[in-house]
Amino acid sequence: MAIIETKNLTYTYPSAAKPSIAEVSIKVEKGEFVLITGPSGCGKTTLCRCFNGLIPHFYQGEMKGEITVAGEDVLRRHTYEMAKHVGLVFQNPENQLFALSVEKDVAFGLENLGVSRPEIRKKVDWALNQTGIYDLRERSPHEISGGQQQRVAIAAVLAMEPEIIVLDEPTSFLDPLSAQKIFDVIYDLNRKQGITVILVEHRLDLTAKYANHLIVMDEGKVRFEGDPREILSSEETRLIGVGIPKATLLYKMLKKDGLNMDGNTPLSSEELAEQLLETLRAK
Amino acid sequence: MIEATDVRFSYASKIEALKGVTLTVKDGEFLAIMGQNGAGKSTFVKHFNGLLKPTSGKVIVDGVETTKTSVASLARNVGFVFQNPDHQLFSETVEEEIAFALKNFGFAADVIEKRVTWALELLSLAQYRKTSPFLLSGGERKRVALASVLAWNPQTLILDEPTIGQDHEQKEKLTQFILQMQAQGKTVVIVTHDVEFVAECNPRVVLMKEGKIVAEGMGKDILTNPQILAESSIVLPQIAQVFSKLSALGFPKNVIDIYEAEKIILNAVGSKQR
Repeated sequence: MAIIETKNLTYTYPSAAKPSIAEVSIKVEKGEFVLITGPSGCGKTTLCRCFNGLIPHFYQGEMKGEITVAGEDVLRRHTYEMAKHVGLVFQNPENQLFALSVEKDVAFGLENLGVSRPEIRKKVDWALNQTGIYDLRERSPHEISGGQQQRVAIAAVLAMEPEIIVLDEPTSFLDPLSAQKIFDVIYDLNRKQGITVILVEHRLDLTAKYANHLIVMDEGKVRFEGDPREILSSEETRLIGVGIPKATLLYKMLKKDGLNMDGNTPLSSEELAEQLLETLRAK
Repeated sequence: MIEATDVRFSYASKIEALKGVTLTVKDGEFLAIMGQNGAGKSTFVKHFNGLLKPTSGKVIVDGVETTKTSVASLARNVGFVFQNPDHQLFSETVEEEIAFALKNFGFAADVIEKRVTWALELLSLAQYRKTSPFLLSGGERKRVALASVLAWNPQTLILDEPTIGQDHEQKEKLTQFILQMQAQGKTVVIVTHDVEFVAECNPRVVLMKEGKIVAEGMGKDILTNPQILAESSIVLPQIAQVFSKLSALGFPKNVIDIYEAEKIILNAVGSKQR
């Protein structure tokens, strides 16, 4: 059974003139790494807020259609019940940090679930280490940099070990190497523990290689859904303003120029370099 | 012109964020300041319009030392767009947000109207004129913040992470816009992690680490040097990554431009076939 399924999901914010997402029907299987992309304002963040019930419970507004997450009907469950299944990392970390220290922020969710002290200690330390902020644990979340705050927000969600992690541009303030490290941690959790990952990103250069399921949205609707290699090599995807990874783009340009390369459409520089080396050596 | 000389700065927590930074930004220059989180990039550029004053050393903007003037008077010439748009947005509608500074600077009503319309169109925000900035997406809010600064047409623009939350199309527009500003002789300083964006615009690059400048040069040379970049927690742009692997076959390493990459590869294939 799909771990997330929506049927004709349509949602309009209070006092908004038109729906932010319209007729969205998607299916995510357990253990998938899903990448959601599309132009600014296309409804990606709105869709993410539906996965743990923030929409419609917190934001109100008008919702139509169906949404099932981890076997629960989101419309009939409280947000705090959904929190056991779904961890959400927001775009703006300031919106979710509030405790006096980094450590307390990361421990908050576990304390609420009534986890024992030693167990909390263990999980919090693990999450702090995974995100590279163990040394910051006693600092106030409000006196650290934007990138560091993003890591705190990610650690807080990792500590809960939810079945589904939803990350809405989680590393936008991070430098590329730190971002890559965080993506590697998330990818690792996905591979080894089968945690389902939903990642919202514009920067496909950094993230396309992790995904096995791509959703492209535009104007509140799902335009493409499926295999990232197929979708990113189609001309239409580029036309609606999706930032195709440079490696994928160069591959397409060279193919058009008549260079013969075997193998799949590359999603990363490593994949492209490998194909080019092979092709050039063969000539 | 902005001249920073041996700038040191400590926040109240006594942590020294800048440890002696010296840099000159010439008029009409396009400069990207890059580096890892906590390197002091944002702290440094906040000195350019006097938001922060050095603990020691000095910053001179267009001949005036920042400690001897007010942020308000510096702001007229040096526009600053923050990393997090929520730090600068406060009005009830996008239109009011953009008009705010113009009113403060004493522009006439008809000029304000024209400038607001211009900025809205430029940043694809016209449809949100009467909308609250807080109902917009993160990327759109970032553009409102940018529009509100562009509207008063400052000579120098400081953009802290301008591409965050921007989709591909908006990034391309931003690139074009910056190049256009440059053609008009304006000074543009961006703080960014976005290597692909920098690879596309090819500005002068300054790398910061732990409160100091560790390297500077053209994008093509800095962004293709894996040793320098690794120290600053920056990843090579994709094209540079491909060429660093192709260097095993004698290809040049310092390539960041996709069209240049295409040409070099096709030439290599062509010469082999001949």
